[in-house]
Amino acid sequence: MAVLLIAEHNNKELRSFTLNAATAASQIDTDVHAVIIGQNSTDAAKQLSELPVVKKVLSVEGAHYENFTAENFAPVVVKLAENYSHIICSANTFGKNLMPRIAAHLDTSQVSDIIKVISPDTFLRPIYAGNAFATIKSNDAKKCVTIRPTSFDPCESTGGSAPIEKVDASEEFSNTKFIKREEIKSDRPELGTARIVVSGGRGMQSGDNFKLITEIADKLGAAIGASRAAVDAGYISNDHQVGQTGKVVVPDLYIAVGISGAIQHLAGMKESKVIVAINKDGEAPIFSVADYGLEADLFEALPQFMEELNKLNTIQK
Amino acid sequence: MKILVAVKRVIDYNVQIRVKEDGTGVVTDNVKMSTNPPDDNAIEEAVKIKEAGKATEVVAVTVGEEKAQETVRKALAVGADRGIHVKVDGILEPLAVSKILQKIVDKEKPDLVFMGKQAIDDDCNQTGQMLSALLNWPQATFASKIDVKDNKLEVTREIDEGLETIEINVPAIVTCDLRLNEPRYASLPNIMKAKKKPIEEIAASDLGVDVSPRLEQLKVEEPPKRKAGIKVANVAELVQKLKNEAKVI
Repeated sequence: MAVLLIAEHNNKELRSFTLNAATAASQIDTDVHAVIIGQNSTDAAKQLSELPVVKKVLSVEGAHYENFTAENFAPVVVKLAENYSHIICSANTFGKNLMPRIAAHLDTSQVSDIIKVISPDTFLRPIYAGNAFATIKSNDAKKCVTIRPTSFDPCESTGGSAPIEKVDASEEFSNTKFIKREEIKSDRPELGTARIVVSGGRGMQSGDNFKLITEIADKLGAAIGASRAAVDAGYISNDHQVGQTGKVVVPDLYIAVGISGAIQHLAGMKESKVIVAINKDGEAPIFSVADYGLEADLFEALPQFMEELNKLNTIQK
Repeated sequence: MKILVAVKRVIDYNVQIRVKEDGTGVVTDNVKMSTNPPDDNAIEEAVKIKEAGKATEVVAVTVGEEKAQETVRKALAVGADRGIHVKVDGILEPLAVSKILQKIVDKEKPDLVFMGKQAIDDDCNQTGQMLSALLNWPQATFASKIDVKDNKLEVTREIDEGLETIEINVPAIVTCDLRLNEPRYASLPNIMKAKKKPIEEIAASDLGVDVSPRLEQLKVEEPPKRKAGIKVANVAELVQKLKNEAKVI
């Protein structure tokens, strides 16, 4: 039986993590179908049909799908599920909200946030904030699996031409009403996919001081991250949070500034290829995962860092 | 309005996790245990709603072994009115927990069920959503703000792109983010008073729910270790290393 991938999109285009989830799906079975549920999402459906790993696209349109409400999405997927062995989507806030609702309807024990497909029924997933890895075998006939997007490479996005099949919408769930979404628009790379991330913690002492980080991030073409302490203190908005309950990032370079390195923060960044820690406390746990540690006052180090970057002839983007 | 709050006992968030040498799990013997942190936020929010006169009763429920009752006792000490302990040994999957909670909801008929958005041990992030599916109730996950209106809640949710606001009709499920509120500490007199509050004990086997596991945990291992890094003397050396050694800028 084929695998069903749930596409994530914004009604206009696919969200990038759909490509990572498609890769994971194709590692379970080469016969990957993808469902896209939305309103006026035909352009995104077309994009989905162009992914070479996707063999068939199922498109479901309805006004009540405009805002991705799980209560409306779940019945659609549950109805389609009888033809599939696995239901797959990303373990980001979209998939975390949606998949358990599907799994419960299917009476399936979900496997969350996998980082590796070992076989079609066995998966590797981090537990305890990534301080242990568990190998989990699912004995359910139908498997609901969410994947950690940063653990799978994005699939090719062009070259495919899967047929697009229309599927009937299901009824609207009337007890949940969408009011508004406040998205923080930024020209910077997305935190989840950026090649470089510069993150600030409680040591930044104020939201204003984050401009020291912004400046460096702009110079490096980097995304801006933050520890939970910095978000809790109101220095920066929640969409920047890296950690166990925030985003997991795996950039080529992660620069942690004024972040002590609580277990919960390390959970979100310790798989980064190169880690830099700048902290005035030489005993801070962040240094235990850092490839390059600089014990210094960040208010002196960051302006110097900017100066040194300005001296470089070229900076990789 | 009656609020049921589900709490879970987990290894304390400050404990450095150790994996058992035989690969069967993590070490829990003689390890500090606490209430799952966002479950504390769930209790706090329910108590605040009651204090604001918008709820009449807060009931704390846990599902687990004998000692899990400590989490209910702690909830009683910060303002929950009574407790329920569904006794069961061994590790339960979120699907089984949500089925047990469904039975408790059938019995208690709460208007709202609150719980943390994720347990910090298995990091599954499933139980609230599964319970709302089983009940066919609306779900407001990852809540960082809750406004109680007449038979409705307006909830701000933390999502990857920023914030989302939804309105849900009661009965409903809310899963709580750590930023929802600042959980209070229990005062000594309240801890003493909590000892007198009732906790109903129910054997999971009496609920007629199939809690047998569907997943097999084949192995638990330590994640690969990072190789030790170096300390650099100054910013110039750092930038030089990033440019010429790591070649990342």
